[in-house]
Amino acid sequence: MSLELRYFAWLRERIGLPGETIETGAATVADLVEELRAREDRYALAFSDMGAVRVAIDQELAGLDAPIAGAREVAFFPPMTGG
Amino acid sequence: MAVRIQREDFDLGEELHLIRAGRRDLGALVSFTGLVRDRHGAAAITGLEIEHYPAMTRRALEAIEREAAARWPLQAVLILHRYGPLAPGDQIMMVATASAHRAAAFEAAEFLMDFLKSRAPFWKKETTPEGARWVDARASDEAALARWHAPARS
Repeated sequence: MSLELRYFAWLRERIGLPGETIETGAATVADLVEELRAREDRYALAFSDMGAVRVAIDQELAGLDAPIAGAREVAFFPPMTGG
Repeated sequence: MAVRIQREDFDLGEELHLIRAGRRDLGALVSFTGLVRDRHGAAAITGLEIEHYPAMTRRALEAIEREAAARWPLQAVLILHRYGPLAPGDQIMMVATASAHRAAAFEAAEFLMDFLKSRAPFWKKETTPEGARWVDARASDEAALARWHAPARS
């Protein structure tokens, strides 16, 4: 399926893109991260410590084990620092 | 109830005036304003860039606002957060809460701040004389959520 990816803050800088459209068969966020890590070093580096990465599926916070079937947009970013 | 996300600065006095204008039912109006400091620990800060996730930010802030309104009898809420490049001394954001009595207004303002810190998709990048760096989330910010008995991040 086709999926929009969004990257923010240092994830955006490490990957070198604000976002991209990909084709994936991943069932969960964790599967998707594995696919991305295998692509290129910059992805492997960005996703080397998943404890420092937060995920949103269609703009709602989600866990690594969350299914992505039917999702339109998955975003990856560091812990938020608002306020 | 209002949420605003903007690049421009805001006038705190004007925002508070607008909340109470024409109303006679408010007994307490509390506000908090976040400012850019010129130091972070030992480092001098010369600038602060705020990035956000436009498609998610409004939704997240509105959810936090709804939760506050469900917990306290609030007659008005404003959450205003800026993004883009800021300088030391600049205003970053504000929250305001109005209620019949002060306890609800104070508590709701703290609740909004605690949630906004770690659940609204904003990221800060500081500029120092040694270069730029992303501000790390603080464990104490996450711990502050626990006192509201918030559901854990799924």
